[in-house]
Formats: sequence, structure tokens, C-alpha cells
Amino acid sequence: MALAGNVSKGVDLSRWEIVIGLEIHVELLTDSKVFCGCATDFGGEPNTRVCPVCLGLPGSLPVLNAKALEYAVKTGLALGCEIAPFSKFDRKNYFYPDLPKAYQISQYDLPLCRHGHLDIEVNGEKRRIGITRVHLEEETGKSLHAGTSIVDSPYTLLDYNRAGIPLVEIVTEPDLRSPEEARIFLEELKRVVEFAGVSDVKMEEGSLRCDANISVRPRGETRLGTKTEVKNMNSFRAVQRALEYEAARQVAVLESGGRIEQETRHWDEAAGVTRGMRSKEQAHDYRYFPEPDLVPIVLTPEQIEKWRQELPELPAARRERLMREYGLPPYDAEILTTSRKLADFFEEAARQFPDPKMVSNWVMGELLRLLKAEGKELDQVNVTPARLVGLLQLIRAGTISGATAKEVFEEMFRTGQEAAAIVERRGLQQISDEETIRQLVQKAIAANPEAVESYRKGKEKAIGALVGQVMRETRGKANPQLVNRLLLEALGKPGQ
Amino acid sequence: MQIHELTLVEATDMLERGELSAAEVINGLYDRIEAVEEKIKAFLEIDRERVLREAGTQVPVAIKDNICTRGWKTTCASRMLANFHPPYDATVVARLRRQGHAVLGKTNMDEFAMGSSTEYSAFYPTRNPWDTERVPGGSSGGSAAAVAAGEALVALGSDTGGSIRLPAAFCGVVGLKPTYGRVSRFGLVAYASSLDQIGPITRTVADCALALNWIAGHDPLDSTSLPEEAPDYRTFLRPDVKGLRVGLPREYFGEGLDSEVRDAVLAAVRQLEAGGAKVEEVSLPHTEYALAAYYLIAPAEASSNLARYDGVRYGLRAEGEDVVQLFSNTRSRGFGPEVKRRIMLGTYALSAGYYDAYYLNALRVRTLIRRDFDRVFEKVDVLACPTSPTVAFRLGEKTDDPMQMYLSDIYTVTVNLAGLPALSVPCALNSEGLPIGLQLIGPPLAEGRLLQVGYAYEEARGPFPRPRI
Repeated sequence: MALAGNVSKGVDLSRWEIVIGLEIHVELLTDSKVFCGCATDFGGEPNTRVCPVCLGLPGSLPVLNAKALEYAVKTGLALGCEIAPFSKFDRKNYFYPDLPKAYQISQYDLPLCRHGHLDIEVNGEKRRIGITRVHLEEETGKSLHAGTSIVDSPYTLLDYNRAGIPLVEIVTEPDLRSPEEARIFLEELKRVVEFAGVSDVKMEEGSLRCDANISVRPRGETRLGTKTEVKNMNSFRAVQRALEYEAARQVAVLESGGRIEQETRHWDEAAGVTRGMRSKEQAHDYRYFPEPDLVPIVLTPEQIEKWRQELPELPAARRERLMREYGLPPYDAEILTTSRKLADFFEEAARQFPDPKMVSNWVMGELLRLLKAEGKELDQVNVTPARLVGLLQLIRAGTISGATAKEVFEEMFRTGQEAAAIVERRGLQQISDEETIRQLVQKAIAANPEAVESYRKGKEKAIGALVGQVMRETRGKANPQLVNRLLLEALGKPGQ
Repeated sequence: MQIHELTLVEATDMLERGELSAAEVINGLYDRIEAVEEKIKAFLEIDRERVLREAGTQVPVAIKDNICTRGWKTTCASRMLANFHPPYDATVVARLRRQGHAVLGKTNMDEFAMGSSTEYSAFYPTRNPWDTERVPGGSSGGSAAAVAAGEALVALGSDTGGSIRLPAAFCGVVGLKPTYGRVSRFGLVAYASSLDQIGPITRTVADCALALNWIAGHDPLDSTSLPEEAPDYRTFLRPDVKGLRVGLPREYFGEGLDSEVRDAVLAAVRQLEAGGAKVEEVSLPHTEYALAAYYLIAPAEASSNLARYDGVRYGLRAEGEDVVQLFSNTRSRGFGPEVKRRIMLGTYALSAGYYDAYYLNALRVRTLIRRDFDRVFEKVDVLACPTSPTVAFRLGEKTDDPMQMYLSDIYTVTVNLAGLPALSVPCALNSEGLPIGLQLIGPPLAEGRLLQVGYAYEEARGPFPRPRI
């Protein structure tokens, strides 16, 4: 940690330009694996979702899952790629215990998708990041090392449940110019992939992973500097931190007259540093060659067009539409499109309620606050758009106050009950009957002569004590606007 | 009547008529196995009781030991898989079982199908029933020897560069390598995936047609399997070659061809001519590059296909200090010298800096060879040539000289590179009493035509003698 601080503190990055390209792996949300019929759901007992094919038993052969192909193409389409009418699989050969066949079926020189882009906004500036390629491949198994690290591990356990889950690899152009930009790109990419319906992109379950290539060069220089590849970053924040560290390290090396080694470096989250791997581990020749067990993928323009038509509205378009159709400010549109489910939730509620901004406030405010506090996903809770609308209607009709509504919403969130039922059961209806409240107002005036006195002397705030008295009397159910109006009527303007 | 002297067609007909039971066939064959197996060593695993338990209703089939069989070990004649019990049947085996055929036993082979003599079996060599001092050919030597010796009426082999046809020729039996994709490869332990194909080995062409009926057809588990429906191959068994255009590829009658083999094959061709076939000389100009291309492509794929034998999940494991040592010790101990040689060849051919010069050029040659055949099949219906340049050689004669061993495949590898069907039919015995094979090659999916020509030839030739063991 000390090192992290020292390196970045001693370095002035302003004379340097950072160049970053990302390589992102996303697991596709198919029911079965990419080359066999095994289930893909997360969390089964180790080695229970396996068969001769995904275990690479002698004689077994892969058969391409049509859904995986569709999702990979849709990923490419969502990223504005050209889809190859002819593409093929290749074998990437290397020995590793979690790789059952000792080769990964991947795509080398003829990937499914090429030449795409993704637009992001960084500090108010629009940036277009090029996508070099998107290709389909298979996931490996998982090694579970006993002990604290791979080095001192007495043994390793292997779980092949993950082996053969379909994966897309997305490679960007070296277009990113700061670690922050890299993080913002990843956040937008995650949204796009999620909106396209091809992955649930849960980084904590490993369904999205990112490696980064980074180099630095003096500002104004057009040639690229020597890059390093940074691996083992487990969150978007970690990507930004690791790249900040690595950029500073490279600048420090160069400014002290050193040379950058082209190498792979591991991000150590706890220590906050990147570390070079032994060069032996990096000397890979994958000996790619065409996978003879699979036939080439041939896609007709009609098929590609059909999949393009099926693509749902993507985040950028949806943000625009939320602003246009519901008159929401950009900030709201941004927050509401962090996930497709959230945007769907908002829209379903907004369609049933005349005040979209009020819906947006509740979704961004109370709903997201409670989800975050409980660590839950939207589809894990009982609040539906219709139920939220039920609550908002009670507020709008004056049946409950905003403060009461927050209380009711918490109960709805936990129990899944309708707002009206909770209000009814707990007797939370607002008292909006003028005559009842007028009597309470008179009572409060009579009981608080000092407050009345100071109000009349011009101390406007003194009215608060009178409001408080009425609210106490009604256990918070009195319509606050009505209480205010009747008090003002009874007392006249302050200072009079 | 001796069971082992029946043809497959005869035994099948008798079973159908109820004149014979599956158990009688099994016992008859096992009696024969008991009598001759000690001399031939065609099998790696036999089990009379088990086969009787699973007798089914039809003739049992001997299966090469690189085809997965549930309940039987599938060793590929390698120490690496010496105790490997596959948890599933290959598609061909599943089809056979569904049709009432039991597995008769598992036959010997060159380790992982790499070899031309069955001497590279990690366990023991198989002997040629015509002369037990000679090899049966390979790599499906166990299957061919078992059929030749009457230990089986039918066997399955696999052919990557001649591994069905060469042993069929050496053992005086019929062997068919189908069109690539005609028979499912699911459950065939891969040697070179783009070349491997399973096919039948039998005593007669009619038997071969019958056995091909059982195994040919589309398989959704094999992406390279052809969608076309397989015909009933027995309908092609007509002794009629009138007007048939037979091509003699010049390049298959050149240097290195034994003169007795040459004469016997040309005599067989004249018999076809006498039956009304038109014979003409043709040229396949890129043939001379075929063997080199084959010995780059096949090892390249093998180096990848055999990488999975690392001691982690199944098969042999030789422990080591760390995982790299475990890989290394396992593979050093588990593979024999020829397998290692081909893994090294293939790894080299695919390595950065060599890929273009070796693997890529080999693929270009492959395309040229395919085009040679396309062009020739515009002019002729089938090609006729020797299956092998020589008759069966002596045990040990070529084991120390891999190049000599590789030359045994010189007339067979082109067919695999082009994905074509080819049939080897015994056509004569040489002066030492050793069989010679006639190879018939056809365009894609012409198995029926090959069987027709082979059948017509067989009718003209008359019954082929059987080895005395």
C-alpha cells in the first residue's frame, strides 16, 4: 500500500497521455452450455453440471448451441458491429488443469463481429470508443486453490460446472484515454449487454471479466508506448484503480530513465499494486488452428436482420426517449437506465400515473435506497410498478402525506402488501376534513398563547409549534397543507 | 457347419430364419477365438460370458479399441487409457446395439491409431493370419486380423490415412473407408478429426454393404456428419459394370510399387474390363505431395486432440512436484514413441513462425489434391489402384524406420485428405501366398457405386482363399 501511494504521489501525469484498450469477457445467458446440453445456472454442487462433451472425454464432440450464436451476434449488433457472413471456430491450445480438452474452442482470424463502437460521455464530453471485434468461445472450469495463494497451495480442487458456458470476448481499440474513461466505458458496456438481453453481467459471479492493455506516451507523441497487460481486476472500480496505479508506475519508470517491459501484470487488490508475473508463465504460443470438429458458421443477411430487429431498445436510445417522452432531466434518465429492469419498472409505473417526475423521484429515491440497503435486486422484491402507483395515488388524493408514504413504502417493500391495505390496517389515512381540523387548530391556538403571541409579533417560525400540536393530536394524519392554511386563516399574516 | 466359416450375410439370413441363435453365433466365434487367438492376438479384451448376457438378436461386432463402448474398456492400445471405461457408447455402437448387435470384443490397434502395422500397440502386436511372422497392417490390424482369422464375421475399424484399407489388404479381407461425414465420429477417440472415419471390415463386399447399412447416416451429435439419408447399400449389389468408366491413376503405379502387386491389380482391372468397363489412364498430379501434407495435417490435429491426456481427470496419472511436472510425467510415461513423435511433429508444424510454411502449405496441398479428384471424377466413375505398394511386411522390419512405415500409406492418404470413399477388395495372393488389395476410390457419397464395382469384381474373381492357421 505504501508503494501504491509512493508511486502515484511522486508522479506528474500531466505531461503524459495514457492509452488503454480493454478485453472483456461476458458469459452469455443461455440455458445450456455452448457445445453440449448441460445447464449453465450458477451455484450447483461442484462437477454436477458436466457431461462427456464439456469434460472433454475421449471421443466426445462439440455441437454449437444456436442460442449462444444468436446472443453473440446480438452482442455484436448492440455494439454496432459488422456481422461476418462466414466465420469459423479455432482451437487455442494450452495446458491448464481447468481446461478439459487442453484447448479452448474460440475464434481466431474470422470472428463473428468486427468494427463496432460504443459511445460514452466523460465529464460532459461525448467519446466514441471503437470495438475491434466480438467473438464467441467457451468458458473454462474453475480452479480452487487450497491455502492462501496458488504458490503455497498444497492441492487444487477443480470444478468443471463452468466449463463450456458460452462466452463472448469483446476487444476495444486503444481508444480510451484515462482509467476513469475505462471505468465509464465498462459501466456503459455492462448496460448495453444487459439491455440486449444476452447476459445478466454479474461481476461478482464472474459473468463479466476485464483485462486491460495500457501504455503511456508523452503528450503530442503519435507512436504508442510499450504496453503492459493488467489482469485480475474484480470490479469496475478495481479496473480504474489498477490502471491509475499502472499508469503512474509506467510514468515513474520512464521518467527515471527506465524502459517498460511488455508483460502481464496482476492487480493485487489488497495491496493496491500491479505485479509482474514470471516470464515463464507468459511464454505462450497458442498454436491456433481451425477447429475440425465444427463446421463454419454461415449467416444469411436475412438471419442477421431478424436478430437486429429483435434487439430491444439500448440504453442510449432509452435515455433519450425517457427525457423526450416523460420530460425527465438527464440525471434521472441516466439513473433509470442503469439496468433494463429498472427502466422497465419506471416506465410501467409512469404509464399508469400522470406525474412521471414523481414516479422517477420515488424510483430513484426510496426504491433504490431500500434495494441498496437490503442488498437486493429489483426482481427479488415484492414491490411492483402497479403497487408503487397505488401508493402514489394515495399521496396525490391526499389520503396520506409524503412522510407517511415513505413509511408505508418500507412496509410494502418488506411485505409485498398493497399500499391501500397497509394504510387501512394501520389507520394512516390523512384527515382532510376541514371542520375537524379547524376545531383542532382552534384548540392549538387556545393552548399555545406564547406561540401565537410571537407569531403575531412577526416570528413566522412560531407557527411550527402550532402545526406540531395538531399533528401530534392526530398522530401525524392531519393533512399538513390544510393545517397550514387553516392556521393562517385563523391567525392572519404574521406581524399583524 | 462352422460358424466362423459363414459370411456375415449367411449368418444374418440364418438368424432371421431362426436357423441359428445369436448365442450360437457368439459361442461359435468364441470357440474360434479360443482356438486361434493365442497366435493372432487380434483382441485387447474378450469376454464370452458378458457377450452371451448381452447377446441381442444379431451377429456380434468386433470393435476397434478407439471406439467408445460402455462397459468395455476403450484403451486406444495406449498405457494412457489402459483402464479407461467410457461412460457412454459411440454413436456407431449405440446404433449397433439398438439393432440387436452385441459388442464381440475390443480389437488391437496401433496406439491412438498411429501406425501401419499394429506393432505400435502398447500391449502386444497383432499377427497376420496368413503368416504370423508378418504384420496385419494398421492401424486397424486387430479388426482385419480377427475377420481374416474367422474370430469375427464383421469388425469396425477407423481410417485416418489408410487404417482400414491397409490392414484389409494385408489380411485379404474387405475394408471400406466411407465418405468423410457418412458415419458418425461421435465416440471415436480422435486422432486427426478432419480425416478420421469409421468403417466396416468384412470378408466379402456383400457383407460390407450390410454392415455399412447398420452404421451409416446422419448424427446430430457430430457436427461434421452429413445430412443426406443413407441408402440401402445392399441394393447396389449387382454384378454389373457395363459402361462403367474406370480410371487408372498414373501416379499410383510408379516407383516403389512391388511388381507382383502391380500385376495383380492390373489383372483385376482387366477382369472389370472384360465385364464391360471402360478403362483409361488418368492423372492426379499432386499425389507426390500427399504424404507430406498428410504427415503435417494429421500430427497437427493429433497434437491438439491428444493434449487432453494430462493426468488430471481420467487415464494414467504420474504424480509430480507441481502440475507441470504432473503433465510432463504423465505424458512421458503414458505415450509410446510413435505417438510422441507425431505430437512433436504436429506441435512443431503449428508453432509460431512455422505455421505458414508447414500447416498452411499442407492445407493448400490438400485443396489441390481435392481438385485433382474433382477433375478426374468428371471423366471416370471410379479409380482403381493398389491399396498398398507392398504385401504385408515382417514384424520389426519397419519399426525403426518411420519413413519406410509412412510410405505404406502412400496410396491411401490422398483419399482421406479429399474426404472420399474407398474400398479395398482382395484380388490375389502373391508368390509367397500373401494377399494383395485392389483399391477402388469414388467421388463423395459413392459408397453404393464402389460396393457395386467391388461386388462385380468379386463375382468375376470367385471365392477368395482363407488363411490356414
